[in-house]
Amino acid sequence: MTETPLLELRGIDKRFGPVQVLHDVALTARAGEVTALVGDNGAGKSTLVKCIGGIHPVDAGEYLFEGRPVQVHSPRDAAALGVEIVYQDLALCDNLDIVQNMFLGREKRRGLVLDDATMEEMAAATLKSLSVRTVKSLRQKVSSLSGGQRQTVAIAKAVLWNSKLVVLDEPTAALGVAQTAQVLELVRRLADNGLAVVLISHNMNDVFAVADRIAALHLGRTAAQVRASDVTHAQVVELITAGRSGDLGLQDTSKGAAA
Amino acid sequence: MTALASEQPEQPGKTEQPGKNGTSERTGEPEKTARPTGPGLAELGRGYLDRIRAGELGSLPAVAGLVVLCVFFSLLRPVFLSNLNFANLLTQSAGSIAIAMGLVFVLLLGEIDLSAGYASGVCAAVLAILLTNHGWPWYGAVAAALLTGAVIGLLLGTLVAKVGIPSFVVTLAAFLGFQGVVLMLLKEGTNVSIKDPTVLAIANNNLSPVLGWLLLAGCAVGYAALQVRRSRDRSRRGLAGTPPVLLAVRIGAVVVLGAVAVDLLNQERSRNVLVSSLKGVPLVVPVIGALLLLGTFTLQRTNFGLHVYAVGGSPEAARRAGINVAFIRIAAFVICSCLAAVGGVIAASRGNSVDPNTGGSNVLLLAVGSAVIGGTSLFGGRGRVVDAVLGGLVVAVIQNGMGLMGYSSGVKYAVTGSVLLVAAGVDAMSRRRTAQR
Ligand SMILES: Nc1ncnc2c1ncn2[C@@H]1O[C@H](COP(=O)(O)OP(=O)(O)OP(=O)(O)O)[C@@H](O)[C@H]1O
Ligand SMILES: [Mg+2]
Repeated sequence: MTETPLLELRGIDKRFGPVQVLHDVALTARAGEVTALVGDNGAGKSTLVKCIGGIHPVDAGEYLFEGRPVQVHSPRDAAALGVEIVYQDLALCDNLDIVQNMFLGREKRRGLVLDDATMEEMAAATLKSLSVRTVKSLRQKVSSLSGGQRQTVAIAKAVLWNSKLVVLDEPTAALGVAQTAQVLELVRRLADNGLAVVLISHNMNDVFAVADRIAALHLGRTAAQVRASDVTHAQVVELITAGRSGDLGLQDTSKGAAA
Repeated sequence: MTALASEQPEQPGKTEQPGKNGTSERTGEPEKTARPTGPGLAELGRGYLDRIRAGELGSLPAVAGLVVLCVFFSLLRPVFLSNLNFANLLTQSAGSIAIAMGLVFVLLLGEIDLSAGYASGVCAAVLAILLTNHGWPWYGAVAAALLTGAVIGLLLGTLVAKVGIPSFVVTLAAFLGFQGVVLMLLKEGTNVSIKDPTVLAIANNNLSPVLGWLLLAGCAVGYAALQVRRSRDRSRRGLAGTPPVLLAVRIGAVVVLGAVAVDLLNQERSRNVLVSSLKGVPLVVPVIGALLLLGTFTLQRTNFGLHVYAVGGSPEAARRAGINVAFIRIAAFVICSCLAAVGGVIAASRGNSVDPNTGGSNVLLLAVGSAVIGGTSLFGGRGRVVDAVLGGLVVAVIQNGMGLMGYSSGVKYAVTGSVLLVAAGVDAMSRRRTAQR
């Protein structure tokens, strides 16, 4: 591909006090493609996602969006760029209903007053476009939903905003077989509609089912970023667990030179 | 107020069965979200019962408690039902209700303001000193009292939201500090009397009977118009709304309850009509009513209010949604202290003076009790301004009724304390219920 990637991160460092969680991490995501981000527990995937979403400030590194360097200091900055994130812990307010959660922070208003009817219509249309049929009422509190339904609401919230980049942190972890298939289908459809999608998953079957590219993190470093068609299951597993696989990946994990 | 109690969005339909993760996601069903049929009455009723079973009690305990207490006291002491006592009850509770309304905002965030009582004392002292010692006009002095409240709230909120000291500690310190400030302002305990007729009118005067009826008519028409317009708009867009029958019942209840109250209050309650006539809706009623409307509008209809609920429900989710959590916290404390100032003004008016005890002793506990008894959760995220009114009436009825029965203050405190504990227990249990799903 010659066109500039939609999102390009270079040399991202992130530390929490004395602990350095991300070292010189790079990640690119292209429009129309699904990029899978894989890595062991604690590799730093969720931390990287929070950096993309403006939740955590990065200590060093470049954040390029559509080829331009940008500053993302808050969730609002990220949303303004067209970046939507479904966090691993979902980040929904239990005491609010589905519509309120989907529009939280970006409510539709008529003058001073919340425009509940318009928001409900838009939410219903979005859920319908995702073929969600299991919620009884959009005015149901999120606390009354099952794990899978909450996941669906979180995804619908990200899709609602006509965004350019959607990042999903383990979106299928709480889902049953049918719902997982639906989410993967949705992920593929988003990419086919021209969005850039970053999907985090521990399930290699899911990754190979939908991903165009695979980025592997190992202990907070980028092990490799490859086309899914160029690697095998076993190679990806090796990248995840050891950080290298043959001539792919970190050649010297102690010094951490990226491939 | 009963009508406002049912203002929150309806949640028709049954709640999802818990414990069926994944398996409840059948895909072959006809689309439910897309088909906007209005729910039937039976279904609404079932939804309401389910919500109660799930621990979302809303105003039910407070309303039930109010009815039971009123029946109980009027059976034992018929004078409880007299016009004079009814009017007394309303004026007695007004100051504490204003403070409780402010506390609702802070409680919604899962925070507490233990200093609200003495903050109202400080504001009342500012009012009295400016009026009496400095000869300020009433509007200047009242504005200064409210401004004092705002500054206090700004200070408390900043310490909690920016510095990060737990609100319990900040406001406990302020509780002591403000007690000292009141003493200093009042020169070690002198009593400053208030002579300004406008300020005195707030808690002592009544609307003329005609004005009372006009006010009720205005409120009823406005309320009905709002409800009908909202429901029309929703059904025009094909969204599930409140069924017309329920709408009519709701509006009818407002009109009937309001009419009974206005009629009672408009009757002569002076013991000796020749000396002075005493009738009409106490002026504090529209004052509290206006605050209730404003507070309910803010919390239920604006995005600021929604953000207060969001921060109370999950601060992290609110932050990730781009909400300025620190601003919301500070604003809630400012609102709380401003309403405490209103409470202080009402108390000063009612007492005709301000002394070091204004806003002291049990004022704060009664206000917190009012909010919690009304159904506002101590854990944050759940509550409405109307809770403060309902709970405040319950507290006032207990105090008033037990007073009529000749119990000492000691017993009154003990009983009110127990009721608060029961309300907090109900709150904790309903929270556990919701957490279990
Ligand atoms: N706020 C924080 N403060 C301190 N350390 C943190 C913080 N957030 C994450 N970490 C640490 O950063 C490391 C990476 O965590 P992260 O959540 O990014 O992993 P992950 O790759 O998403 O793992 P998983 O697959 O289990 O979700 C972990 O060692 C974790 O303890
Ligand atoms: Mg993670």
